[in-house]
Amino acid sequence: MEYEIVIGLEIHCELDTKSKIFCGCSTKFGSAVNTQTCPVCLGLPGVLPVLNKKVVQYATIAGLAMNCEIAEFSKMDRKNYFYPDSPKAYQVSQFDLPICKEGKVSIQGEGFNKDIGITRIHIEEDAGKLIHDAGHGTLADNNRCGVPLIEIVTEPDMRSAEEARVFAEKVKTTLEYTQVSDCKMQEGSLRFDVNLSIRPKGSSEYGTRTEMKNLNSFRSLERSIHSETKRQIKEIEKGNRIIQETRKWDDDKGISFSLRSKEEAHDYRYFPEPDLVPIVLEDKYIQQLKDSIPELPWVRVQRYMEQWNLTQTDAQTLTATKQMSDFFEKTVEYCDDPKTSSNWIIGELSALLNESDADINDVKFSPQDLGKMIKLINEKTISGSVGKTVIKAMFETGDKPDQIIKEKGLSQMNDEGAIKDIVLKVMADNPQSVEDLKNGKEKAIGFLVGQVMKASKGKANPQSVNQIIKENL
Amino acid sequence: MKLSIEDVVYVADLARLEFNDDELKIYCEQLTNILDYAEKLNELDTTNTQPTAHVLPINNVLREDIVLPSLDREKALQNAPSQENGCFKVPKVID
Repeated sequence: MEYEIVIGLEIHCELDTKSKIFCGCSTKFGSAVNTQTCPVCLGLPGVLPVLNKKVVQYATIAGLAMNCEIAEFSKMDRKNYFYPDSPKAYQVSQFDLPICKEGKVSIQGEGFNKDIGITRIHIEEDAGKLIHDAGHGTLADNNRCGVPLIEIVTEPDMRSAEEARVFAEKVKTTLEYTQVSDCKMQEGSLRFDVNLSIRPKGSSEYGTRTEMKNLNSFRSLERSIHSETKRQIKEIEKGNRIIQETRKWDDDKGISFSLRSKEEAHDYRYFPEPDLVPIVLEDKYIQQLKDSIPELPWVRVQRYMEQWNLTQTDAQTLTATKQMSDFFEKTVEYCDDPKTSSNWIIGELSALLNESDADINDVKFSPQDLGKMIKLINEKTISGSVGKTVIKAMFETGDKPDQIIKEKGLSQMNDEGAIKDIVLKVMADNPQSVEDLKNGKEKAIGFLVGQVMKASKGKANPQSVNQIIKENL
Repeated sequence: MKLSIEDVVYVADLARLEFNDDELKIYCEQLTNILDYAEKLNELDTTNTQPTAHVLPINNVLREDIVLPSLDREKALQNAPSQENGCFKVPKVID
């Protein structure tokens, strides 16, 4: 039988605030254990949490960027559970009145072009980190307790691992472009839960779903979907029923296992958080944030194609991150040559970044420096091949292009007199080629130009050389 | 609204409380009384009343995103019954 996969995602994203959601503790990643806690995030008695303004702002921006309706009135609630990652024994979250709801994000790929519904986006706090590999206990590091999160919940609108990955990537890019989150996946800033069920193709009823928790890479997202799909089909074809359960993905082994045995009745007994007052947003505030949202990558891709005649592939490569895209735009602003700027960034610069395992933020030179170099090429001060030497030196030292050209003596010879001297010498040294050329052997000119370039260490302007040879036959 | 003993066991379990049979009987009666008392509220017509999210008529109490000093680790851990390697130590849980 042919099956259809039905996927919904829950995405947890750490917001890029300096301080925690309800207290002034730092959110910095990787600090020494339990050095970023205080009575509020440790849940000590008698404390009063106060909501971070930036959290409301970022959650609203995320909602607007994903075409959500922003709630005029929302509130925080307590979700009660006992687990040592939460010293309060509850998580402050949003239950019935989330800050954003009913949005959509469109995705495109091979064989699909569709909208994925966003059910809701709500604000909540992250939990602490548990270390299980200690001998006979579990250790809790509470630095992460109270780091602000948004949870993005989708409709069950995805039908393949590919769709889920494309959607997740688009959400990541959106959150990065709007600077709501740094989305550093290796630091757990973006985590996915997959709700998956299968049904006979053509059926409109949903099958029983399972939930795969805490996937923190696109690769494990896709792999776990493939694995869980296979598992469910196998179960059904054996005549078994799918049990609604939470499963954990083991990325090393490439399999998932049930957490059922440890699962107790989920009864979170949500109730309104008495320590926090409701959030009321005015239209004016929402409009201001809406106006502040930068141009999103897919809009940029269109603009690069229409305004600057770039190919779709190039436009997509350039807009993969906001930093890369901003770098490109500033380069173009300086040199007014989008095609050449694109070529240098996608080609030479990306190669240099790959070689040194760095990203665009690590580049020592400015977009203006690259723009300047492109200008120097266009003005024929240096040749394109010398440009490669220049950008490499810029990349290594951060020095200005004109400085490098001057220091290394790389500027192209545009001095007709100097070129002419070399040309005449080369012609005198190679009478046979000159003779061949005179007899109509056009190929011979290539040899002569080559000799001149060699003698001038690549600095002679090849067009001038051609010209001078012809004039002196 | 009459609660069953099973209801009380369930609620106690969620709160990690354990009671003997006599206690369960007492709490069953007491909780039933409380619910009956709260039931009175249902006599009111609330058709045109907004649900109360908070008892105070205040909204948007927010703080600026500014980092303030945290507790020293020793201080944070000083009431922990058990600690190890700078962490709070609890009986082993497997996630």
